[in-house]
Amino acid sequence: MKTFGGAARFLDRDDINTDEIIPARYLTEVEREALKPYLLEDLRLEGFDPRRDLAGCEALIARANFGCGSSREHAAWALEANGIRLVVAAGFARIFRQNMFNCGLLALELPAERIDALFRRFAGQPGVSAVADVASGTLAVRCGGDTERIPFALGPFERALLEAGGWLEYADRRYESRRRKESP
Amino acid sequence: MGKTIAEKIFDAHLVDRPAEDVWVLSLDAVFGHEITTPPAILELARRGKDRVFDPGRIKAVIDHVTPAKDGKTALQGKILRDWARRHGIRDFFDVGRNGVCHVLFPEQGFVRPGYAVVMGDSHTCTNGAFGAFTPGVGTTDLAVALLKGVCAFRTPRSMKITLKGALAPGVFAKDVILAVVGRIGVDGATDRIVEFDGPVVSAMDMEARMTLCNMTVEAGATCGICRPDEKTVDFLWEFIRGDFPDREAAAAAFRRWWPDPDAAYVEEIEIDVSGLEPLCTFGYKPDRVKPVRELAGTPIDQVFIGSCTNGRLSDLRVAAGIVRGKTIHPRVRGIVCPATPKIYAAALREGLIEDFLQAGFCVTNPTCGPCLGMSTGVLAEGEVCASTSNRNFNGRMGKGGMVHLMSPATAAASALAGAIDNSPLFPGTRSTP
Ligand code: SF4
Repeated sequence: MKTFGGAARFLDRDDINTDEIIPARYLTEVEREALKPYLLEDLRLEGFDPRRDLAGCEALIARANFGCGSSREHAAWALEANGIRLVVAAGFARIFRQNMFNCGLLALELPAERIDALFRRFAGQPGVSAVADVASGTLAVRCGGDTERIPFALGPFERALLEAGGWLEYADRRYESRRRKESP
Repeated sequence: MGKTIAEKIFDAHLVDRPAEDVWVLSLDAVFGHEITTPPAILELARRGKDRVFDPGRIKAVIDHVTPAKDGKTALQGKILRDWARRHGIRDFFDVGRNGVCHVLFPEQGFVRPGYAVVMGDSHTCTNGAFGAFTPGVGTTDLAVALLKGVCAFRTPRSMKITLKGALAPGVFAKDVILAVVGRIGVDGATDRIVEFDGPVVSAMDMEARMTLCNMTVEAGATCGICRPDEKTVDFLWEFIRGDFPDREAAAAAFRRWWPDPDAAYVEEIEIDVSGLEPLCTFGYKPDRVKPVRELAGTPIDQVFIGSCTNGRLSDLRVAAGIVRGKTIHPRVRGIVCPATPKIYAAALREGLIEDFLQAGFCVTNPTCGPCLGMSTGVLAEGEVCASTSNRNFNGRMGKGGMVHLMSPATAAASALAGAIDNSPLFPGTRSTP
């Protein structure tokens, strides 16, 4: 099955919200690709410049409660438009996490200590990569010859969504339209 | 084992369990607005699935930017409007009839006790005030909901928050929910459903309960929920009178959704609101909360009274009562957005709009407006807004702007003072100069 990720960027903050991931002023776009230049534009983080730091980036590693706030799936789309299909964090807001899997993208939750250890070992170094292999359930974080392998477990439903390519594909095959006779 | 409100609603709507921890529910209604619905419409069309599961159960509104401000927002409205026409969606609210979704849809009687409803908007949780399961969802969930009438959720985990004591004058539901978010934190209720209970909730009217449930998502909750009672019945009576012989019968029927006495909660919190003061946020997260007293004197540039949190008639009454016969500070730009045309009309009849205009406020049409910095009332770099809305994220009302969240009473008092100030309704408050 699929792998997710590649060149990785660390974002050292809890509670990165979807307004920071994609500001409301860009929600006038109706096509996903149009969001590409604006990813993380409003994230204020010491030394972080989205245009410079997200070039070539394929995975993000952050701390607790990533993607909180607005339900805008534009956040997941802006990531995907930039080639970022993996976010590893110590926790996700429910809607954001669901949006990721619904789009066939991987939101990988690890214990806070694990995330902390990754930050200490790899953050800020050039050439870090993070690749999640869903089949074997391993996340490999690498920098030069230094590699850390972290096992992870995904629920069968999340796996099925990734396999199907998203919730629309999955649901379309599996469910009838549930029109009922009475209307409110 | 007894069941919580959410567990009862899940049982009644179960369609499929694709995995141990996953419930696919049938939906009683699906709501949409012009920001997150058009991408769902376009995606379905691209896949050759330009259909809806049941036009009678779909309600749509243009509310975030309305009337349209430019070509792009005009296109968003057009995509929604054309789609609503194409599929015979009668309950579509356009310019002149539109208002903030989470105020408008309950006002129209679209949410009933025991319902499962989704919308592509995080503050859909507001509707839990009616004893319904009403989570906000993203656009793909919305697309599937529109097409199939179903949505997937994890097994519900309920968290009970019991509110005891009595609110002091000048302290409102907004202060209570700020206290809750401040206490449990921005992820204190993640993947949980917050069930509100206790005498304070019973005493609250439906508008206050909606304010309470509205900001549960600021603590990460899937939604808030209150048990449906006589007040719920009174609010909904004009819509449900055909279904029940009398109000008592309706209240009795809705009691089936009440939690069982032995229901299990993942966490139970009790809060005595008696000592609660008016509260206000500082910084860029909604759980950064302090008594207004401690922030008093912080200069502000703009005041926004409105949004799905506090743009209802009761909110306008409180705020107008404070500014009546006075003039807002010359440095302050005051903006009032009545949340729906019905509220606007009632506020006109009651003279509240006159009060705001005399005091120097700008009164806009019903819209989300300044709340998310997409249209009216955008802040400039370094500006500060005292706001009755629900999010103070960095850049929320405009890049580089700062938002302080507070009740309409506190916002009105701050407008007069030109700085964050306690509401004169709160005992012991120094009077505004
Ligand atoms: S008023 Fe603000 S929070 Fe409420 S629906 Fe509109 S934009 Fe969202």
